[in-house]
Amino acid sequence: MSERISDKRPWTFYALATLFGAYLLFLYGPMFVIYVLSFQGPNGGVTFPMVGTSVVWFQEVFQPGQMANIPVSFQRSLSLAAVVSVLTVVISVAAGLGFRRRFPGSGALFYLAVASLVMPSLLVGFGIGLGFQFLGWQPSLFTSALGAQLTWTLPFGLFAMFAVVNRFNRSWEEAATDLGASAWQRLRYVTIPILLPGIIGVAMGAFTLSYDEYARTTLTIGPKNTLPLEIYALISSATSPTLFAIGTLTTGVSFGAILVSLLLVLRMQRRRGRLDHDRLSVTQA
Amino acid sequence: MDNRFDVELASVTKRYGATLAVDAISLRIPRGTYCCLLGPSGCGKTTTLRMIAGHEAVTDGDILIHGENVSDLPPIKRGTAMMFQSYALFPHMSCLDNVAFSLKMRGVAKKERHARAREYLGLVHMADYADRLPAQLSGGQQQRIALARALINRPRVLLLDEPLSALDPFLRVKVREELKRLQRELGITFIHVTHSQDEAMALADLMVVMEDGHIRQSAPPRDVFERPVSPFIARFIGSHNVLTAAHGQIAVRADRCRLGAAGDGPHVNGQVIAVEYQGAMVRVAVKTEAGDEVSALVPDQMFYRKPAEPGDLATLVWSEQDTHALMDA
Repeated sequence: MSERISDKRPWTFYALATLFGAYLLFLYGPMFVIYVLSFQGPNGGVTFPMVGTSVVWFQEVFQPGQMANIPVSFQRSLSLAAVVSVLTVVISVAAGLGFRRRFPGSGALFYLAVASLVMPSLLVGFGIGLGFQFLGWQPSLFTSALGAQLTWTLPFGLFAMFAVVNRFNRSWEEAATDLGASAWQRLRYVTIPILLPGIIGVAMGAFTLSYDEYARTTLTIGPKNTLPLEIYALISSATSPTLFAIGTLTTGVSFGAILVSLLLVLRMQRRRGRLDHDRLSVTQA
Repeated sequence: MDNRFDVELASVTKRYGATLAVDAISLRIPRGTYCCLLGPSGCGKTTTLRMIAGHEAVTDGDILIHGENVSDLPPIKRGTAMMFQSYALFPHMSCLDNVAFSLKMRGVAKKERHARAREYLGLVHMADYADRLPAQLSGGQQQRIALARALINRPRVLLLDEPLSALDPFLRVKVREELKRLQRELGITFIHVTHSQDEAMALADLMVVMEDGHIRQSAPPRDVFERPVSPFIARFIGSHNVLTAAHGQIAVRADRCRLGAAGDGPHVNGQVIAVEYQGAMVRVAVKTEAGDEVSALVPDQMFYRKPAEPGDLATLVWSEQDTHALMDA
């Protein structure tokens, strides 16, 4: 007698769903606690219970005093993240296009480029800091810290671009050449516009990686801190819900950036309709 | 140089490292010819097309278009236009901008290039789709846009890389007719790469059959079908039986073979291994005593008067005049 196929889900479904739920709680629970506690009342502390609700801790962030360095380090973080993002895009797009063709040493070059992903981040920062000291250079935001962050964002950008470029149909470029486009026109009117959703993704990825980078930056930043370093310093000195307010604010900035890029990419994809699906069925036919 | 030819290949060779993809082929394509490059995959037909287009450099030899040596010119200066296998329409541009692309690259003002592009969209009956994106079109419609985009530069030679392979069988036949009509109307040479002998026979004025980087036969389709030069050609274009006779190999068209009794004429004995009903014809596959697989295409009425079943002993007969001697391959 054979068992009938049933519509009911097996018990394993519920077991795994429970496990996944616990995982989500573990992942987002602590953050959620911070967001809630950042609205702690004026007389409340850093733990539950909530003593009323207020936004005084948010106000304190922007007031001169103990928190004076927060806005300025926030600006530093933003501008560093912007520069890191632009450099990562330019270099990884160029590399992604270049790596489509095998060339002598391409394998070695690739492993060299991505090796820094697996190197301990603190050691990378330490090495760069030591190097600057050895050369008698002053570490600073746009020299040593920028370099240290690029060792992290570039391999990431490269991997992402490989995935993007992989789906790029070479004959688009050949068609452009066939229709009389120069190398520059081909890049400007065909290659870059088609790759744009991927490029925006790389830019946003690099931006957020840089924005909350700690380990590599801490030993290469010099005297002026970025936001994550400033917050870390505060955690060890001050304990008030202001820290939570900062956490809520910076998370808001990250989410805002991701949301904007997501909307941009979605809009572009909607414009192009069922492109990928069609291309797939054409090649299969 | 001779101006009676649109395209001339003079011992054109393509080598990739140690691999010889195209081996010193020579070919002359007269004015206004529909030419099909036909062959199994890896025979060098696409490489040849890409060399004519200028997307692949020639290792040796010369390519002439309208008598002018273009071997070292970039694609746009050759007077060729290429239609790619998957059409390669730019996904982020409307059909109008796709068709107007080459004019934009030449710096033609927007108003003028759009007017010209509309004209060519009209030529392929796609005027109503100017503002659509390629992803919103069916395969056949995309193909027409690609055609308009290639033709807007008024090429002297249009190169088509497997243009029908992405279409379903019904559409393929329809689009095939349109291609032929367009070629006749424009009066320019089309070079069409395909691996389908049906397609080549239906379309070509000149059928060029390639194998292993060589041109094995180059003639009008009817000549190739009636007088295949080698066993390879006979087998590749299909509907031929290749047999070993007293003085070398011979080919006999399957539709000239009958099942019957051995008489004075040429015949071969064997056993029926398959019977395929094909509508107007029935194909009877026979394994000969020598081990060759041959088949007879018998009109259905004739077959059902005296049907055969797999396993039956059978004799394939044909008349002497249908025996065609082959060059040894």
